[in-house]
Amino acid sequence: MSGGILLRAERVGKRFGGFVALQDIDLELRAGERLGLIGPNGSGKSTFVNCISGDFAAHDGQVTLGGQKLDGLKPHRRARLGLARTFQLPQPFTSLTVLENVRVPLLFAGEAANATRRAMECLEQVELAAKADKLPRELTQVEQRRLELARAIALRPQLLIADEAMAGLSHAEVDQILALLRRLNAAGTAVIMIEHIMRAVTEFSERLIVFVAGRKIADGAPREVLALPEVEGAYLGRQ
Amino acid sequence: MSATTLPAPAMPTARLHLSYWLGAGALAVALILLLRLIGNEYGWYAGYFVLQYVVLAAAWNILGGYAGYVNFGAAGFMATGSYTTIVLYEALGLGVIPGILGAAVVAGLLGLGTGYLTLRLRGVYFSIATLSLSVVLQTIVVNWDYVGGSRGAYIIRPMEVPPFASYGEYIFVVMLVLAVIAVGIGRTVEFSRLGRGLQAIRDNERAAEAVGVPTLRLKLIATTLSGALMGVAGAPLPFYAGYLNPEGAFNLAYAVNAIAMPLIGGAGTWLGPVIGAVLLATLQQAATVTISSALNLWIVGWMLVIFVALFPRGILGWFRRR
Ligand SMILES: Nc1ncnc2c1ncn2[C@@H]1O[C@H](COP(=O)(O)OP(=O)(O)OP(=O)(O)O)[C@@H](O)[C@H]1O
Ligand SMILES: [Mg+2]
Repeated sequence: MSGGILLRAERVGKRFGGFVALQDIDLELRAGERLGLIGPNGSGKSTFVNCISGDFAAHDGQVTLGGQKLDGLKPHRRARLGLARTFQLPQPFTSLTVLENVRVPLLFAGEAANATRRAMECLEQVELAAKADKLPRELTQVEQRRLELARAIALRPQLLIADEAMAGLSHAEVDQILALLRRLNAAGTAVIMIEHIMRAVTEFSERLIVFVAGRKIADGAPREVLALPEVEGAYLGRQ
Repeated sequence: MSATTLPAPAMPTARLHLSYWLGAGALAVALILLLRLIGNEYGWYAGYFVLQYVVLAAAWNILGGYAGYVNFGAAGFMATGSYTTIVLYEALGLGVIPGILGAAVVAGLLGLGTGYLTLRLRGVYFSIATLSLSVVLQTIVVNWDYVGGSRGAYIIRPMEVPPFASYGEYIFVVMLVLAVIAVGIGRTVEFSRLGRGLQAIRDNERAAEAVGVPTLRLKLIATTLSGALMGVAGAPLPFYAGYLNPEGAFNLAYAVNAIAMPLIGGAGTWLGPVIGAVLLATLQQAATVTISSALNLWIVGWMLVIFVALFPRGILGWFRRR
């Protein structure tokens, strides 16, 4: 499943004014790897995603994807290099139908000719094909999350970062999304799963990293990481 | 700036485009024949008044309707077109057609430059920046003697242009052709990849970037195209009126109508601006003739209030509600 180094983050950091949201994050991710990223609220997980995806104009450190430096590239360039992310709160194109939402990335990736067919395939993968003509606001919460995923995988990414794709979902719905991410991963996509639902992260991840107050405090096999006293300490009072 | 997307057109796009050009062409010919039948010189001038707004509203809609960037500076772009015509006339003695082409180039470049400087601004900040642009341009023109400064400039227009029966008919037909082209361009944008990208930007710019939409490039194309067409809307004005001064060229009514017409007709659809422009401009023309042009902004104001309250997605949006 796992190959060479796909993503490399070196000493990545981000400050908001005087507030240090993220500091000295080093991370190497192999192609096809399943990585879980956990940490208390406000520990910098989404900030890290935004550094990698290019949402911030500037941050400390540097990021490479497949050996290519990403620094200074706009998010849309990174998307076309194979980096996909979902948003913690679903961000659909509200006036476009479900199908058109998924067609948009394809139109701008040189796949305009068969965008409709490919978009339908993506919708089938997330079991949303029957709602292709609906507007996003007509979808349930779990369906909106699936649409977010369908749009992210339309470009056949090498890396998918799912930022809390399961928050607020029922047990059965969490299983649906998990199955979806597993299928995607089996087809070769590396996945970084950011999640507060421990069951989901531990079931899914081959490897787990933990952020606390903007720093990475643990990195390793899930079972071992979760047994560390400092990780337990960080979660005390939360769970 | 809300609008609902139509389902992807069922007809192949080539046939869809052909049917527009044929339909619009037939409508245009019918309109000319009708006005000839009426045979009143005033008809041409009233028609021109309405059609210039069709061009202006369609142009504004490309950036404001599809991408959701509200341009308050339409009068500035339109005046740029009008004054380009004046400069070409004064310097080279050129007529209305070269004036239109020149206006498209100059106003398009102005749109590109404005876009480059302001598109990092979002929402109301972008709008305020475009408003100031209009004010700055007016100040420049007022102090520019070559184009007549605050006194304005005269144009001696031909008595008639064969095969047209009168100059009024000629300038009407010119504006009619421009309207068909401007609306056709808006429609082509709507059904193209560019249009989809702009709609994605309007709905969620950050998500658009995240899925690979080159947002800055698309917005620059939209400001350029929109600016060029707004300039085109103003280009024939000096020949229509025979005279142009800054007060007329930068009339507040242009800026307000450019926004109100698409909103009332249905912003973000190619037909919406046409409906809004025909409705509002006809009302304003009727009020000007029967009462006074001072009523024009008053009418627009009330129409906007009524429509925002009752039909927030414009006339077309109301019909397409689902
Ligand atoms: N744009 C911003 N401006 C200022 N502060 C920010 C910004 N984005 C995030 N922060 C702050 O940075 C810290 C880290 O936020 P971040 O969203 O990365 O946390 P998180 O780990 O994703 O939390 P959660 O589990 O709640 O999603 C928080 O204290 C947050 O308030
Ligand atoms: Mg977060």
